[in-house]
Amino acid sequence: MKLTVNIAESLLLARWKQTLIAAIGVTFSITMFITLLSFMTGLNDLLDGLILNRTPHVRLYNDIKPEKDQPITKVAQFKNYYHFIHSVKTSNSREELYNSNAIIRSVQKDQRVLGIAPRVSTQVFFNDGMIDITGVINGIDVQAENKLFHFDEYIVAGNYLDVKNIANSIILGKALAEKLSANVGDIVQVTTSKGEIFPLKVIGFFQSGLQDFDKVQSYASIATVQKLLGKTQSYITDIQIKLKDVNLSPAVAKEYANLFGCDAEDIQTANSQFETGTFVRTLISYTVGIVLLIVAGFGIYNILNMMIYEKMDSIAILKATGFSGGDVKRIFLFIALTIGFFGGVTGLFFGYILSSIIDVIPFNTAALPTIKTYPINYNPVFYVIGISFALITTYFAGWLPARKASKVDPVVIIRGK
Amino acid sequence: MSAILEARHINKSFRDPVTVPVLKDINFSIQKGEFVSIMGKSGCGKSTLLYVLSTMDTDYEGELEIDGELMTGKKPQKLAQVRNEKIGFVFQFHYLLNEFSVLRNVMLPGLKMGKYSEPEVEHRAMERLRMLDIENLGDKKANQLSGGEKQRVAIARALINDPHIIMGDEPTGNLDKKNSEIVFDIFKSLSEKYNQTLLIVTHDPEFAHATQRIIEMEDGKIISQ
Repeated sequence: MKLTVNIAESLLLARWKQTLIAAIGVTFSITMFITLLSFMTGLNDLLDGLILNRTPHVRLYNDIKPEKDQPITKVAQFKNYYHFIHSVKTSNSREELYNSNAIIRSVQKDQRVLGIAPRVSTQVFFNDGMIDITGVINGIDVQAENKLFHFDEYIVAGNYLDVKNIANSIILGKALAEKLSANVGDIVQVTTSKGEIFPLKVIGFFQSGLQDFDKVQSYASIATVQKLLGKTQSYITDIQIKLKDVNLSPAVAKEYANLFGCDAEDIQTANSQFETGTFVRTLISYTVGIVLLIVAGFGIYNILNMMIYEKMDSIAILKATGFSGGDVKRIFLFIALTIGFFGGVTGLFFGYILSSIIDVIPFNTAALPTIKTYPINYNPVFYVIGISFALITTYFAGWLPARKASKVDPVVIIRGK
Repeated sequence: MSAILEARHINKSFRDPVTVPVLKDINFSIQKGEFVSIMGKSGCGKSTLLYVLSTMDTDYEGELEIDGELMTGKKPQKLAQVRNEKIGFVFQFHYLLNEFSVLRNVMLPGLKMGKYSEPEVEHRAMERLRMLDIENLGDKKANQLSGGEKQRVAIARALINDPHIIMGDEPTGNLDKKNSEIVFDIFKSLSEKYNQTLLIVTHDPEFAHATQRIIEMEDGKIISQ
């Protein structure tokens, strides 16, 4: 074995320029593979974060809808009949979650739950001179919201804690504020759906990165919104739940819907298109990376083939003096794997360097206020995959030439002279 | 006296494009310590016979025994081992590996055998070089040597594993008269001093007549031995 390595090494060094070119081919493809994957998944995480980080895993709420149990369904003698009921209206339907305090207490005890944030949402009009702009005010528990959904990352002006500390205060979406031409410290008038007018003090702006969202949404404390609506302290319209394991959310949503008799929406149902996007982007990155490696593999194949033609005499004498076909094959496979290993490791190194460079390139976009540079994901798994691919590709690229070398008939070569 | 090499009823044909018989019922044996030459005109099948005897060419009919062991039908792996341990080769062309030093070239078959440790193999290789009067060439690269020197290194390489028999295919074919004589003298002294068995293919009658025994071939047959 030591002898095989020694001979392979000498052959490699004797043709070090060609070897270097082959190795550079591998280095290049591994560099691109690592960079592409780091960048693509970095981007994926960013885009996912845009929606998914701000979306509760399970949301409990009461949808406005007609009563499912109409009086006639409760009459026993008509139970097996088909009922035609015209013009069913939603009446007395409340957006409020019934017995919200009890729900919060029992959800908090659940081991699968990471945290919860209650919310009161209501539609309002923002009055700007003659014009009324429709909007939504979300009453939030700002600390819980920040803990679960990184609320502060989207605040572009003002201090988010002021929502809690200053009475009757509001954080407006950046786009909404521009429409209202409101600055931090100004007072905006809102009209509730019941027709009452309320002055609220603007203490900050937020920018989520989704323009449509920023045009209508605003945040205030739960107490402020309850006051707007003239409701009591227990009035809660949404309970947002974050789970320890996001994959459990469909099951947990179904369980809670049954348990609490309310509607429950899970993150998978709400945002299934994001998973598809993530999957396709990752697939593209891997495909490009593997194609690059296959191209590099052809390079290695060519160079080894040339080396074998040049070294026919050496192969012949090795076989004549007692090296078996297997020994010769191992020598050339070892050459291929050496190229793959060193090319691959250098590729990992350059891939890391290139990713780091991309990581500091400024990337400013109005849509993503908290992102200053291009996103990069330094996942060590990519590096493991990269080096494994490098070794596997070079092994297969070396296999055919090595087999050819092992089949060289020394008699043909020696008699040919 | 025991037979080092024995050939029984060896027949061989080239099949491409038409079947041409090249070896016809070859029978002979070589005893230990003999210095034998195979002589004949070009194309009479003498080289073909040598490669069959060397175990490198396995496409023949008949039986071949080396050192009392039947070679016919053995696996390539096993034949490679036999060549490594029992046969030393000297070809018309030297076939030294340019990537290695002279010493390393001589050592390669010894390292492959794996019977001795690396320092021992190196010591044995130096002994062989000294024996052939070329120990000062040990550190040079193979492509820095003259033709005669290269052929002497090739002989040293053939000797490294103490082979039962040395086979040569026109070992002096590429050399000038002076170097041919040196190489012949080496073979002769190997035969006389060390009782080394040698089987040399040549078309040079002068060379052949200086050996102990001549096997003469014509048209794929042995006409005298």
